[in-house]
Formats: sequence, structure tokens, C-alpha cells
Amino acid sequence: MTEAAVSHYLAEYDQFRDSLSSPWLAQRRRTALEYLKIHGFPTRKTEQWKYTDVSPITRRNFTLGKAAPTDVDETFVDSLRYSSLGSHELVFINGNFSAELSRNVQLPHGVTARSLQSARTENAALLERYFTHEEIGHAFTALNTAFLNDGVLVHVADETELPAPIHIIYLSSQAGEALMSHPRNLIVLGRQAGASIIETYAGTPDSEYFTNSHTSILGQTGSRLDYYKIQQQSRRAYHIDNTRIRQEADSRIDCHSLSLGGKLARCDINVELDEPGAEVNLNGLYLTNQHQHVDNHTLIEHKQPHTVSNEHYRGIMNGHSRAVFNGKVIVHEQAQKTEAHQSNANLLLSGNAEVDTKPELEIYADDVKCSHGATVGRLDENMLFYLRSRALDENTARSLLIYAFADEIIRDIKFPEIRERLEHSIAGELLDTDLIEEFIQ
Amino acid sequence: MMLNVSDLKVRVENKQILKGLNLTVNAGEVHAIMGPNGSGKSTLANVLAGRDGYEVTSGSIEYDGRDLFGLSPEERAREGVFLAFQYPVEIPGVNNIYLLKAALNAIRVHQGKGPLDAVEFLQAVREKMNLVKMDESLLNRSVNEGFSGGEKKRNEIFQMAVLEPRLAILDETDSGLDIDALKTVAEGVNTLRNESRAIILVTHYQRLLNYIVPDYVHVLSDGKIIRSGSRELAIELEEKGYDWVRQEAKAA
Repeated sequence: MTEAAVSHYLAEYDQFRDSLSSPWLAQRRRTALEYLKIHGFPTRKTEQWKYTDVSPITRRNFTLGKAAPTDVDETFVDSLRYSSLGSHELVFINGNFSAELSRNVQLPHGVTARSLQSARTENAALLERYFTHEEIGHAFTALNTAFLNDGVLVHVADETELPAPIHIIYLSSQAGEALMSHPRNLIVLGRQAGASIIETYAGTPDSEYFTNSHTSILGQTGSRLDYYKIQQQSRRAYHIDNTRIRQEADSRIDCHSLSLGGKLARCDINVELDEPGAEVNLNGLYLTNQHQHVDNHTLIEHKQPHTVSNEHYRGIMNGHSRAVFNGKVIVHEQAQKTEAHQSNANLLLSGNAEVDTKPELEIYADDVKCSHGATVGRLDENMLFYLRSRALDENTARSLLIYAFADEIIRDIKFPEIRERLEHSIAGELLDTDLIEEFIQ
Repeated sequence: MMLNVSDLKVRVENKQILKGLNLTVNAGEVHAIMGPNGSGKSTLANVLAGRDGYEVTSGSIEYDGRDLFGLSPEERAREGVFLAFQYPVEIPGVNNIYLLKAALNAIRVHQGKGPLDAVEFLQAVREKMNLVKMDESLLNRSVNEGFSGGEKKRNEIFQMAVLEPRLAILDETDSGLDIDALKTVAEGVNTLRNESRAIILVTHYQRLLNYIVPDYVHVLSDGKIIRSGSRELAIELEEKGYDWVRQEAKAA
């Protein structure tokens, strides 16, 4: 099965016109293809993919397609923007940068945020430095590296604070054939730099496509990043997203991963807390319905003393959907005084929905504060009765409790427009939306 | 007659808890239902409010001449039944004051009155807060989340003050309260006594009845009301204990 898929992608690669061509990248691509040839795609025998069968992706022969289609529904793009935030918006259609749809691309002094196509000459040295050191790790990263064509480079210079967020929108739409795209982002925050970055992955309703994105983030000493991943792909889309984060001393990254769409979605976030004082906070919310399958894998490595991680993921599963959470925290031997807290709470709304949750904590240091826990449950009958005894309809009471469960993750999002849109989109999925919206502050 | 409980028998998980309970309550009256642990006090309170998990094997409850069992918990609340919980549940993420507004408006709409807007609602609520000395900061917190025991009970009585029920059932509202909190809560309840409202106080101890003086006291033991009387019965009970009244009932 996976051999056929590998052959398809090798053949597809022969058609690939490398518009980013440079000697070092050509070398990377060859390495990636070799990796793919040797390892193939993961199967359910691969431990990290035990609960997620990627054969629906490998069975379909996704292609790169031609250039960006011109008939993009602009109102759909507009519905994805956060206009009140004054954000710098970089819009990609089927993996290709669209200058026409992008907005406010002028950035303050010291900040670079541009498509890789435009970065390839001016920022060539930077790209080479970061990309050539990256491990391949698995088939989808290999595939991304082989086919990488565009994406975003963000570089925030030392001691530079970017006032407005950068919003990267990856929009897919089916153009007859089932397309794939391999967005690649590189985000580098200089010393004491600060920024907010939003990645939105979306697709026109009912279109079928495959997004295979990869983002690398380096937070240098004392930097601060507020990072959002909003996955609202079409219900027929396949979405694989890998994020690798490396943090230096006293840096802090707050990551919010919101998984709302997709037919099959897998989101990996790997964090290395490489120097003392580094802190990462991972918040995640996944909502699944019908036959959706959503898998979140996170790995946090505490490599040095006084590092902090807080991870809080919640999921709500309905219909015949299935969710997977696998959160691993490793506290290495020298990482004394580490603080690592992890929790995963799941709400099952249907007898046919399923969740597999696996929190893992490996501690090799002896002076640490760590906790982890996972829960899977249904709506609390005591809470339901309390609300009904206060004159709320049963449906309203249920919706309110579901909403409140999800809101624990999104209520702390600091940008009101992002928070409110998420809150309304969650409330919109529930019964008695109007009444629930009253509760949205 | 506002409430008429007749020969009520209730099972919980195959165990018979109420074994033929009779109780009649008129508007304007305050009834205390006293009894030892396990006598069925909370079962009665929960059955009146409509909680699931209670199997009524015989008997009836009429509320304003209607069969109470035909009404869902929310319909009962809209018809004026209010349960102040023994253990008010914490509901993370559901705003306390928004819940109260939704509750009040659901009741008002049911009564054919229009819903109150935010400003009208806050005006209506503000005076009620003083009644139980509710700390304003509790209004915008999640329902009961992180509240102390006393704050939770105050919140229940505050809700009662705002929702203005016709029949209020206070399930062990005195438990876990220090004397100052008890006095405050009792004062609040006393202010809410009126001719058109009935109150059922479910309690283990007669201490509460020093502050909320009932018109009638009933002793519930082993699923039945074995004795009814005036306030003096509670005082006698306090002196002699539940065994005394149980012995007397057996002898009779």
C-alpha cells in the first residue's frame, strides 16, 4: 500500500518544477526523497500512528496542480480575516502566495514576514542555515521538504516588538483534481523580540485536498511569541501539520491549537526547552463530529533546569468521530527545578464517538514539579439538573455545558476578535445558539 | 392547597426510601421537615424538584391542583418551584449572573411577561444582593466555582430572592454555615416569607429554626412522617433526640 503511494509521489516529483531551486535545497530534497523511499508512509504498526490510519491520504493520488486559480471566492477569504486586529495578512491559495489577496504587508523596521519565494534571494543565508539543520523525522516532513514551494519566513530582529499580529492564511480550494500543498514556515524571534502569529488553515466548503504543512520556530533568548493555529479545513480535507519549536533561555511561547475542521487531521507539536528559564504553554481544543478523525501529538522536552511547560488540551467528540491525544513530556536528567503540568479532558457526546488519550510523563531528574492527567466523560448529570432546576430547557442546559467546556480553552485568548469568532462558531454548532450566545461575554 | 403529597413511595436504586409520605402545604406557610440522616429528607426535596434516578412506585404529588410528575424540572421551575440545593454544584465556565438572567427570563416568558434586558435585570438584582449580603464579585464568577460553603448557600438564597418562587424547598441550607452566615441566610429567607409563598425547610438540626420560625414541624423517619406539630416539637426533639419520637411512634 505505502509503496504505491511512494511511487506516486516520486512520479509527481518528476513533474515538479523547483521554483525555489538552490544547491542546498536540491540536496535537502534528495535526502527527503531517499527517506521516503526507505521508510515509506507510516502504518498503524508505527507506534506514533497507532490510532491514525493515513491510508485514506496515501490511497488518493493528490497532485500539485497548476498555478493558483484566479476564481478565488474573495468573500470567503474575507471571512477568514481578523480586520479589527490590524494584522499583516499573507494569503496563500493552494500553497501559492497571492499578493492580491494579502493585506498590510508593510512591516515595521526589523521585522520580516514574506513568502519564501520572495525570501529565497534576500534571505537565502538564513533559510539555508535553518533548513539544512532540520531533521526529517517522518514521511510527511520528507514529503513537505521534497515538494516545498512556498510558505512564510518570519524574522523579528533582536529587541523588536511587533505591535500587530501576523496572520498567515492557507486557503485550499479544489480545482477539478484533488490538490495537495506543502506549506513551510520558518519563524525566528530574535533576542528579547516579541510577536503574535496566527496560522489559519481553511478550505472552501466540500472541497477535497491535502494540506501537509511544516513550521519551525526558534525563540531566542528572552523572546516572546503568542502563536495560534486555527485549523478550519473543509470537512473533506486531509490535514497534516508538524510544528517544531526550539526555545532558548527565558523565552516564552504560548501556543493555541484549535482543530475544528478536516476529515482527517493530525497535528504534531514538538517543543525543545533548550536553555534555562524557557517556558511553553500549549493550549488545544479539538471538536469532532460525523466521521471526522483528529489526532493531536505533542512532545515537550525539558532539557535544562528551571524550564516550565503547561499543557491543557480539551476535546468534544460527537457523531461517529474519533479523536486521539498523545502528549509526552520528557524531563531530562539535568533539567532540575522543572515545572511540567499536563492535562487532557474529553467530552463524549455520542455513544458512537471515541477518544484515545495517552498522557506520558518521563522524568529523569529528581527535583521537579510535574503533574499529568486525562479524563474522558459525558455531560455531568448534576450540572444538567442544576441548570434545569433553574428553568433552563434541557437542550439549552446541554449546549451551555458543552460550550462552557470548550470555552475553558479559548476564553484566555487575548485577541477579542479571534476569541469571539471561535466562541460564536462553537455556539453555532449547538442547539439553542441564541440563548447560548447570551453567555458569551 | 398549594402542595399535596399523598402516600408517596419512592425507590432509589432498588431501595425503598419513602414509604408512604403525606404532606399538605398551603400558600403562606413555612414547614420544617426534620429527621435523622437517611430518613428520606433529601429524597423528598429532589423528587419535588424533579431529579432523575428516583422511582416513584406509588402515590401522587399535586402542585396547584396539577400532577407534578407530569412536569419536567424546568417546567416546575417556571411554575414557581425552587430547590435550594444541599450541595450546590460548581459549573466551570457558566457565568453566575448570566445563568440567573437566563433563569429569570425563562420564568418571565413563561408567565407571559417580556424578558428583562441587561440594564433592567441588573437593577432588579442589585437590591436582592443586599438581602443576603452577596459579594458583588461572586456575580461574575462561574456558578459556585471556588465559592466557600457559605458563599454557595448565600448564592442559592440570592437566586431564590431573584426568581421569587411560589414554593421554595431549602435542602439543608443550614449545613456547613457558621453562625453569622446562618443568621444572614435566615434573615434573607424571612424577608422572602409572604402570603403567597410556601417554604419547606429540610433540616437535620433545629438550630436553623431559631432563626426561621416555622408554622409546622414534621418528623420524617424511615420514609414516613411520624409526627407533626408546631415549633415546640422541634425544641422537644432537640432535647430528647430522634429516638424518643421514634419510640413514641412505635408505641402508638
